[in-house]
This record gives sequence, C-alpha cells and structure tokens, in this order.
Amino acid sequence: MKNESETKALKTVSREKAFYFFTSIGNYTGESAASLKEFMEKINTVNIKSLEFHLYRGDFEKWVAEVLEDKELAEEIGNLRPLNYSGKTLRENLLNLVAKRFKELAEL
Amino acid sequence: MKVKDNSFSLDSTDMKILEILQEDARQTYTTIGKRLGIAHSTVYDRIKRMEKYGVIKKYTTLIDAEKAGAKTITAIMTIITDPKESEHVAEKLCKIPQVTEVYTSLSEELQIIAKVTAENQETLHEFIATAVAPLPGVLRIRTSIVTKKFKETQPLIVNDPKRLTPTENKNKSREGENKSEKRVGNKSAKNCF
Repeated sequence: MKNESETKALKTVSREKAFYFFTSIGNYTGESAASLKEFMEKINTVNIKSLEFHLYRGDFEKWVAEVLEDKELAEEIGNLRPLNYSGKTLRENLLNLVAKRFKELAEL
Repeated sequence: MKVKDNSFSLDSTDMKILEILQEDARQTYTTIGKRLGIAHSTVYDRIKRMEKYGVIKKYTTLIDAEKAGAKTITAIMTIITDPKESEHVAEKLCKIPQVTEVYTSLSEELQIIAKVTAENQETLHEFIATAVAPLPGVLRIRTSIVTKKFKETQPLIVNDPKRLTPTENKNKSREGENKSEKRVGNKSAKNCF
C-alpha cells in the first residue's frame, strides 16, 4: 500500500505549481511539467541548456521536494550536482533517476 | 487633430501647449502664454479642457531611480503568446505592479513586450517563473536585462524644434521668472499623483 507522500508524488499539480523550464534567467522555453510523469517526459525532450540551468541552481530538487513532496527523489537529484555532468550525460543520468523513481512509485 | 470620441478637436495651439508641458509640466500658465503669445487665461482654459477630455491624463514625475537610491534591475520581456489569449495575457500583466509597461507587437508571431523591475536577477527569475510563465496562452518568454540606461523620456507627441517661433525661443530664457505664479502641474492645480 502506498503511503501518503508516495501518493502525493504521483499527483498532477495545478498550473501555478507546475515546473517551468527556463534556459537562463527569465528565458522560458514554453515547456512545463505538472506531474512526475510529465517531468520525466520533458527531461527527455527539453533543451539541454535548461537541464543544466535548473540542476545547478537546485530548482529541480526544490520543486520535487516542495511540490511533489518526494524528499527521496529530491535528495537523489541533489546528489547529481557535485558530479558536474553536462549535455547528454546529464540528461541520461537525470532521466534514469526520475524514471526509476516513477516506476517504483507506479508499481507500489 | 480630433480627440478619439470626437468631443472636440485639438488645434495647433493645443498641440504647442502639450509640447511645452511635455518639456516641463511645472511651468506657469503665464510662462506658457508668453511663449506662445497668448493670454494665460487662454492657456488655463485649454489645459482644463484637455484634462477634462483625458488628453492630459496626469502630471507625474520622472525619477532617476538610481540617484534616488533604488537598487532595482530593469528587464524587457518579449512574450510569445497564443493569439487567442494575447489580450488576456496583456491585461493580466497590466495588473502586476512590477510590470511598468506593456505593449503588443506583431512580427512573425504575436508578441507582448513588457518592461519589468525587480530587486535582483533572482527575484526577476522567480517573478517570471511564478507570475508570467503560468499565464494561460504564454508560449515562450525571452528576457533581456538592462545593463545601462542611455536615455529615458516621455514620448513627445510633437517633436519639431523648428515649430517654436523666435519669440517663443527668446521667452525660453525667461523661464523661472514669476516663481510665485501658480504652476500648471503642481498639486494645487491638479492632484498629480
């Protein structure tokens, strides 16, 4: 049986609480994610600059922790930062983390 | 020039009064009258009429924020919108205090151009991410942060220095005289702010 925080992690949030992908300060790509599933899909397609911009600002982990309320995934994303990944490697590693967590939660 | 609701027309004297007020709205009716060679009562009547019909919207102050000690940054946002939602996005932006100017523009796509002020880059980004990007119909946003301001004035509706006659130019040097006279743009003349 899923506990409360795991259920929350699979929810779809309102437009106001969605994650908006930017490539730099104030430059919005037009891509957003309102659920973990959508977040996973966007990681696969969004401009790579956006992943680099948000990862090193800590935006992903903040959104995952505060909005999706998944502290475990937030911590794992935070652990990627010191590795200084960029480009395709960053996309693959981030995607693996999020896809793995999504699969775990979906199967619970 | 006709006022939009056709209530009355602006003639060349009205236009000259507007031009002078745009240079300095605190000039007295007498000073303006002298520059144009007309009675101060005529200047008064015409200004009151232009205020009544909304040609003169308000008297305001152009402040140098930097000198006033305000530590803010200014950015220009270009917002690409869904054409169906463009008006709504523009209207919503107008209601946000941090957004100081909003325009729509048509190039390859329908765009909204808006000027925004923020305390720093982080608050600017936070503001755009939480208040602008989520607006329905916003497709993309490009933001340029202003690094140096070279000029900032109100747009002149009439901008032809040759239109001032020699008499008017000569009278320019007399500006500042009659300090005790009632100024056009002071608070007692109209609630400016």
